Amino acid sequence: MKFKFAILALLLSLWPPAHAEYADVVINRQAEQNGMRPVVFPHWFHRIRFRCRVCHLELGFKMRVAGNVITMADIISGKFCGACHNGDIAWSVENCDICHSGRPGLPSGIYGADQTMGPGKW
Amino acid sequence: MGGFAMALAEAGHWLPLKEDNIHDPRSPAARVMQESGQALGELAKRAPDTAGNQVRWVRLLEENVLQPRGSLKDPNFKMQVLDRDVYLDIGGSMNVVRFPHRAHTLWLDCKNCHDHIFLPKAGGTRIEMYEILQGNQCGICHGAVAFPLTECQRCHSVKQVDFEAMYRENRLPANSAISIQPGKKPPPYFRK
Repeated sequence: MKFKFAILALLLSLWPPAHAEYADVVINRQAEQNGMRPVVFPHWFHRIRFRCRVCHLELGFKMRVAGNVITMADIISGKFCGACHNGDIAWSVENCDICHSGRPGLPSGIYGADQTMGPGKW
Repeated sequence: MGGFAMALAEAGHWLPLKEDNIHDPRSPAARVMQESGQALGELAKRAPDTAGNQVRWVRLLEENVLQPRGSLKDPNFKMQVLDRDVYLDIGGSMNVVRFPHRAHTLWLDCKNCHDHIFLPKAGGTRIEMYEILQGNQCGICHGAVAFPLTECQRCHSVKQVDFEAMYRENRLPANSAISIQPGKKPPPYFRK
């Protein structure tokens, strides 16, 4: 009986901690400092609709976490996220909470990408 | 050990938004946003995978399950797809690497990698596994958005004996290239 319990405890301890969908990017350069939740950008949703080229060439997003300085002014004037999130191609920027949906205190990073458990610095 | 358990737990399983430790479950958006499992679960019925988002993105594209657009500006834009494999053999203990331009150029523009990450010449750039693990070179995407670096065999896919035989017998694809790494000796069978 104790043996079975030990096995169960071992298996449960191997259960992975909760983590975001692979390639979710948390952007928290300025959001939390300015009283908003950190931004969570889900790659999966966008990959279904766009090839990498659209954002990472046409819209100028650098392929590096927190490598882009994106202000609300930029977005409202149609740069970066605002190229689509303007009410035409995608929902407009008044929907603050859909982007600013991260839990408090989350540092910028790309999540779900810890599978190599190596010295990666994504 | 933990990684294996994670892989088992993950295959065909996507965490709900409220439990993913990233989204704030108290955020109004948590009630409104689509769950990743809803979309990816559907895609996984056609092309499941055991790593990353657990769908085979390239296969979904090639089978026309997805038709993501390649340009916002030009509605008639066609991706510049280059069908050219680059082989990398430094005589180490891992299989020879086959880099397929085709799978990459279905998603990316040439300028996404050339010239600032890789010189547009086989053997022009010294490619190092350490750099890749640090999130440079291939690691800019692999481990971040594309399949993670735990999937060794997807890049290291050609046995050295097989590669050497293909090379000697002139059976390598017509437009493939071999990367002779700068600062490293070419493989012994390689003839200039």
